[in-house]
Amino acid sequence: MKQKYERPTIRKMNTGLMNKFGTRTDFDPVETIDGVQVKSLVAEYGSPVFVLSEKQIRRNYQAAVRSFKTRYPKVQFAWSYKTNYLNAVCRVFHQEGSWAEVVSGFEYHKALGNGVAGNQIIFNGPDKKEADLTLAVENHSLIHIDHYDELYLLIDICKRINKTAKVAIRVNFDTGVYPIWDRFGFNYENGQAWAAINKIITAENLELVGLHCHIGTFMLSTAAYSVAATKLCDLAMRCKMELQNPVQYLDLGGGFPSTNTLKGAYLPGVDTVPSVEDFAEAITNTILNFGFAADELPLLILESGRVLIDDAGYLVGSVLANKRLSDGRRATILDFGINILFTSNWYDHKISVAKEAGQYTEETVLFGPLCMNIDVVRESITLPLLERGDQVVVHKVGAYNMTQWMQFINMRPAVVLIDMQGKSHQIRKPETLAYLEMMEEIPEYLK
Amino acid sequence: MKLKANIATSENGFIFNPATGDSFTSNAIAAEILGYMKSGGSEEEIKKKILENYDVEPNQFERDWDDYMLQLKEANLLDL
Ligand SMILES: Cc1ncc(COP(=O)(O)O)c(C=O)c1O
Repeated sequence: MKQKYERPTIRKMNTGLMNKFGTRTDFDPVETIDGVQVKSLVAEYGSPVFVLSEKQIRRNYQAAVRSFKTRYPKVQFAWSYKTNYLNAVCRVFHQEGSWAEVVSGFEYHKALGNGVAGNQIIFNGPDKKEADLTLAVENHSLIHIDHYDELYLLIDICKRINKTAKVAIRVNFDTGVYPIWDRFGFNYENGQAWAAINKIITAENLELVGLHCHIGTFMLSTAAYSVAATKLCDLAMRCKMELQNPVQYLDLGGGFPSTNTLKGAYLPGVDTVPSVEDFAEAITNTILNFGFAADELPLLILESGRVLIDDAGYLVGSVLANKRLSDGRRATILDFGINILFTSNWYDHKISVAKEAGQYTEETVLFGPLCMNIDVVRESITLPLLERGDQVVVHKVGAYNMTQWMQFINMRPAVVLIDMQGKSHQIRKPETLAYLEMMEEIPEYLK
Repeated sequence: MKLKANIATSENGFIFNPATGDSFTSNAIAAEILGYMKSGGSEEEIKKKILENYDVEPNQFERDWDDYMLQLKEANLLDL
């Protein structure tokens, strides 16, 4: 008999004095990403450059799926396109079995373009255009209704094209975490959600197949998910008992945190955020204990974004200059800033040097290249001495940066994917002046 | 894949890094692997032992191994 297996893991114990200014590991150089030399990445694709690890994406996805599937029989993930909708990235998730979760017409079309079956696309968000909704009905996509205006529009569309839409409603509630995201969907506590459900049941061309919520992002409380799951289960049970319309799925949305460190946090994210396992435990326990018959357990859908990709993304950049500020502080100017690293608004990103450096370290401010005072990447960080031309590697930047980046003063850089064999592929070219001006038109009289 | 020389480990899975003062707890299999690493076992030998003794698919363990090495690396316990 072989022994029962559990994957090997260690956990850091926090003893003694806490050290806000980083441990030795922070200074260890990151010379390679998935076996590829940082130097050669810059030589081939320029600086700055975003680098994504396919290996890490798949590892994250498989681990998250495993956390849920080992606890609950029916689980489905839907990749949240807005988190990172580069087609190559989406296709990795779809290859792993993920559906698509989209919040706009163009995201919807992207999902179709990536080969996702219509009935495996979840259409969320407050801004679904009539043409997009029509297409979604025709494709049997899962339409998550956000407000009454959309509900009535959908009824009209279905009548006109004489088709039935598969719908869910987005529900918001008090989960004990504030502020409540009550601008999205229908409220649970004041009875609005139940009223919307009743409206759907009585509408001829709408089939209520699910219930949805997304209670926030970078959530640090697993208890909030227990509350959310309880409230969704309550609605689901009432749908079955009172309306004879059992729902097929509960969609708990996204919101699990990555291991980034939020600005102002005392301890690094790695040591403090709950794991996907913890969230899975809270959610599945709640549903399993709610009282559904074993063969009537709803499918559990998750729309996780950042937790699946943040730590698979790196931003490699270079030092442009060193400065001493008027108050004596050291400042380092980098060739990337908040224009492409949007998340530096939220996180104290971990930043490493890309080559072996001396033991000596110093505290410095990291500025981006923009002509704006707010272009600060880190207000204070301790790093080995950097010189012009040295490369740095920013960690855990895979979520939201490659969608929220802006083209301001500088153009957006290349994005590279390192595949499972350690080979790099450019998955988005660096922007060019021709690309930028492609959409512009000059009136005749100014020519 | 070498453990730093000065890392102290105990049979019940306690790990201490005297250079940084960091301490860690580990599960049984993690402690077992650390033990093999300390006594100089090669990656191949260790993987073989685990696969012989535990009920796990080689593919699965391969992934978990990578993940574990990452954890050790993040924890600054490896001699890189
Ligand atoms: C409806 C919905 N689902 C899923 C997500 C993904 O969230 P996260 O990246 O926090 O997992 C979002 C993000 O805002 C969202 O609005």
